[in-house]
Amino acid sequence: MSDASNHAEIKSIPLEQRHIDLGARMTPFAGYLMPLQYAGIKEEHLAVRSGVGLFDVSHMGEFEIVGADAIEVIDGLVTNDASKLVDGQAMYAALCNEEGGIIDDVLVYRLAEDHIFVCVNASRRDVDFAHMSAHARGKAEIRDTSDTYALLAIQGPKALDLIKVLAPEDAEALEALRYYRARRAVVAGVDMLVSRTGYTGEDGFELYIPVAQAETVFDATLIAGEAFDLALCGLGCRDTLRLEARFNLYGQDMNETTNPFEAGLGWTVKLNKTTPFVGQDALKAIKARGLTRKLCGFVLQEKGMIRPGYEIYIGEENVGEVTSGSWAPTLEESIGLGYIGLDFVDAPLVDIQIRKKRVPARLTSQPFYKRD
Amino acid sequence: MDIPEGYRFSEEHEWAREEEDGSITIGISWHAQDLLGDIVYVELPDEGDSIESGEEFGVLESVKAASDLYAPISGEVLVVNQELEDAPQTINESPFDEGWMIRVRADDLQEFNDLMDADEYRAFVERG
Repeated sequence: MSDASNHAEIKSIPLEQRHIDLGARMTPFAGYLMPLQYAGIKEEHLAVRSGVGLFDVSHMGEFEIVGADAIEVIDGLVTNDASKLVDGQAMYAALCNEEGGIIDDVLVYRLAEDHIFVCVNASRRDVDFAHMSAHARGKAEIRDTSDTYALLAIQGPKALDLIKVLAPEDAEALEALRYYRARRAVVAGVDMLVSRTGYTGEDGFELYIPVAQAETVFDATLIAGEAFDLALCGLGCRDTLRLEARFNLYGQDMNETTNPFEAGLGWTVKLNKTTPFVGQDALKAIKARGLTRKLCGFVLQEKGMIRPGYEIYIGEENVGEVTSGSWAPTLEESIGLGYIGLDFVDAPLVDIQIRKKRVPARLTSQPFYKRD
Repeated sequence: MDIPEGYRFSEEHEWAREEEDGSITIGISWHAQDLLGDIVYVELPDEGDSIESGEEFGVLESVKAASDLYAPISGEVLVVNQELEDAPQTINESPFDEGWMIRVRADDLQEFNDLMDADEYRAFVERG
């Protein structure tokens, strides 16, 4: 295993022993030992689509910006417009470098006028914090509070039913909580931040739990979850679910060499917002120049499996490379994402080089799966 | 691990079973399918193709990874399990039985006898 040979320290999430005791197959990811799967990727995936699943994503990072100018500070760092947020509202945004390359994709919450909460990718936590600290303009303090939280995601059409059982006093409020909104609630007797967000394409809630209460909340969720056939879910199905919903994965579908426009995040870029932000000038220039490539979606037209790194062809011309690929259990097809040269993005079909064969795939600009 | 009678194993976790007519059926072990996870696609040779002991004869795609299949013995492919095309998950559900992959006419039955028996395979798996 690569981490062992690099002598890199593998960190533990708060609930690591629980997962091991419950029979999870564990894997190192972003420096943490994480549950990869429990019953099996396909079974877990389908359970989230039709019922409810529980994900431990405590490896993710959390930053908090506290101070009178917190909104201005975050606005100077991310592409989207935080000045438009109301209390309890979240927005998806890109954190860019000076060249307009994506350092991370983040979820920014306005908890109060002087309190911004940011959820960042585990693999980018240190890079994000260093970048934000170096580029922040203003007085508000940026704190990395990741180690104070455990993060559990309850996802699926039955997620609301389950959380109402766990949070009876706040049941009505949570039912009324809109998508991309957050509020404090008492879940399993523990006061915490709850947001109606997720990475699966289903309805669901993400619970930011004070780390000392992680076991209490986890155990209570499992017990209450029995009535709903709650599925314990790992990173394996997290990836197949997000790909079906066509959510990008940082490090695969975007990185510091990709800009938000070509990565499909152009809608998060508010070039005319009041506060100038890092990368704004570069992004303005990129927009004026036009794109050279775009992240496209494709569906394999024959049996097989699309994987990252496979070359994409039209005729004999190599027009791009796969960045994400997998089996879509809901659709029973193989799907993927990849950058394709702009001249070719309107082609109906491309060929994916799968080992020795070229297999046709249909291009699509739509999510592969959308919930009703 | 439950291993049926008469099965022999390669170090690549393939099994081989001698049939009444002397032909050899080949599949992958329970341990192999457990490591692979949900199998979504199988690439197998055609009837009439030759397979060479130790050489790649097909591919299994699971959600996690692609895995080459290595021939435990040499021979000519007589029958291919067509069910696996539409139901590759049969390999996960019944690796020693309905999940069989190909049946071959062995070039040299000694290659079959040289494979590990059930006890040797169990020990091999436990060694890790």
